[in-house]
Amino acid sequence: MRYALLIDFGSTFTKVTAVDLISEEIVGTASAFTTVDSDIGTGLNVALDRLRRVTGDIAFEFKSACSSAAGGLRMMVSGLVPELTAEAARLAALGAGARITRLFTHELTRRDLIAIEADPPDIFLMTGGTDGGNRACMEKNAEKLRSLSVRFPIILAGNRQAIDACEDALADFPVTVCPNVMPSFGVLNIEPVQREIRDLFLKHIVNARGLSKTKEILSDILMPTPSAILSAMKLLADGTEKETGIGELMGIDVGGATTDVYTIARGEPVDMNVICKGLDEPYAKRTVEGDIGMRYSVAGIVSEVGQSWISERSGLTADDCATYISELSDDKSKVPLTHDDALARFDHALASGAVEIATRRHAGVLEEAFTTSGLIYVQTGKDLRSVRQIIFTGGSFIHAQSPLDIARHALYTERYPMSLRPKQATVLRDDRYILSAMGVLAEREKDIALRIIKRELVPLGDISLGDDS
Amino acid sequence: MRGRRSEKMEQGNGKKLVIGVIGADVHAVGIRILEYAFREAGFDVTNLGVMVSQEEFIGAALETAADAIVISSLYGHGELDCRGMRDKMDEAGLDGLLLYVGGNIVVGKQDFVDVEKRFHEMGFDRVFPPGTPPEETIYYLKKDLGVD
Repeated sequence: MRYALLIDFGSTFTKVTAVDLISEEIVGTASAFTTVDSDIGTGLNVALDRLRRVTGDIAFEFKSACSSAAGGLRMMVSGLVPELTAEAARLAALGAGARITRLFTHELTRRDLIAIEADPPDIFLMTGGTDGGNRACMEKNAEKLRSLSVRFPIILAGNRQAIDACEDALADFPVTVCPNVMPSFGVLNIEPVQREIRDLFLKHIVNARGLSKTKEILSDILMPTPSAILSAMKLLADGTEKETGIGELMGIDVGGATTDVYTIARGEPVDMNVICKGLDEPYAKRTVEGDIGMRYSVAGIVSEVGQSWISERSGLTADDCATYISELSDDKSKVPLTHDDALARFDHALASGAVEIATRRHAGVLEEAFTTSGLIYVQTGKDLRSVRQIIFTGGSFIHAQSPLDIARHALYTERYPMSLRPKQATVLRDDRYILSAMGVLAEREKDIALRIIKRELVPLGDISLGDDS
Repeated sequence: MRGRRSEKMEQGNGKKLVIGVIGADVHAVGIRILEYAFREAGFDVTNLGVMVSQEEFIGAALETAADAIVISSLYGHGELDCRGMRDKMDEAGLDGLLLYVGGNIVVGKQDFVDVEKRFHEMGFDRVFPPGTPPEETIYYLKKDLGVD
């Protein structure tokens, strides 16, 4: 018998999953409250006790974990031009599973430094300039960080000509040097930085977050949860040598505070009369909308889609909607009691809004340009119109009464014809929250993880352009 | 088209150019010829290709710490497309950066002396008429940037 234990230290719950590596089945799952303030092992042990009641006493061949507890991996990133190196740095950090607490462009100001000192990040990613290009941005920022009274790991991943001066200035910080995130104009090179972020997460953050107490429990792997999910999505899309993947896909996780969107897709232009502009985008791309969520970020959804939109889709009066918006801002733990109560309908509209906004921000856009050679389209970001699969994970979707109606809001629509979202898709749902666990398992057992994901995801049906509500 | 960097940078003259075709102009061939000619002359070239906006020129010049921006326009709307370019560069901290323009930059057949004057007033350091050979632009770039 061979078993693996996979642990997900979430901000609220610690979830454990036991996998039988021979039959390739999930033999049990359990969860308990995360106890990060005292000893994170306490909550884990409660969860393990509960798991044992399901699985009986079994010995695990290895135990691996991912974590978003205690605020997750909190990063600050800096770059020069907002659409260029700062954007490359942002994409790098998000793809590595980080939460970006601050993003700085151009030179740091005194106010920026005060903000950094008040709430120092787990990792600071400093970029700026192409190789051989602008040096002043990185060099001056390094000088400024030196004056701080706090210390944190810094990754230097900008103009290689600026690295020496930065390293000198930051001699008493833990500094690592990576290849430039944008070595030449428009070219993205973020994988080396992402590997470094992951290493630092293991070396520094795990200790700082009280997770080191679990070291005797864990075998080795520990990664930020979003990075585990992205890795599971990538595995599902691409497959392995032995097991085929399902092809390009989009993943959506509507959470209480944020909404994450993942795409594993090239997103290259399909038509001849399209010209691409802007930075290259990563094949495996993750974006996080910090103002879009079901409880802590209700206001962000409402302010973007409008209260009448929510009221129309929930069938509630404007007054009832206003009441829920204010109630939810006071009590984040409110949940619907039945599928058809008013709060459930309000949640349905909120989730629809979250999906609508987050996918529109993630997807590429077209702009029309009339030229002497006729109509030309300028594409920025990924063209996802031919992506045919959408994976939903996260509680708001799992408990939803009409999930396909929510999912439709991820599709291309005539109302926003320039937003390059999928035109039709099969919707799959992660009913047992296994994606993060499988992302962790994939570090050792890719084929097994992939086969379990393929079996566990529940197909809900197909949606297509035109049956948009 | 993505920016490509000169492979001859090590033995080049160390000066960096950002070049491209401004506005809704899709003339793709000439800018490749210029890229090649400038590179052969020892410049480190970032070619932004066609349909380049003012903001793209500026962003690229900032990140690459360019020594000059060379704008090409061949479809007659260059005057509209270039308006405000110098002001935006000033705003972005690129004040004083060498700025060239060339090609069929205005509509119809106009007296080039007038055209040149108008573009000088818009803040362009040098203005080249249609049919200018690359060697001439290279000559002025070297002169203005103090190369050999």
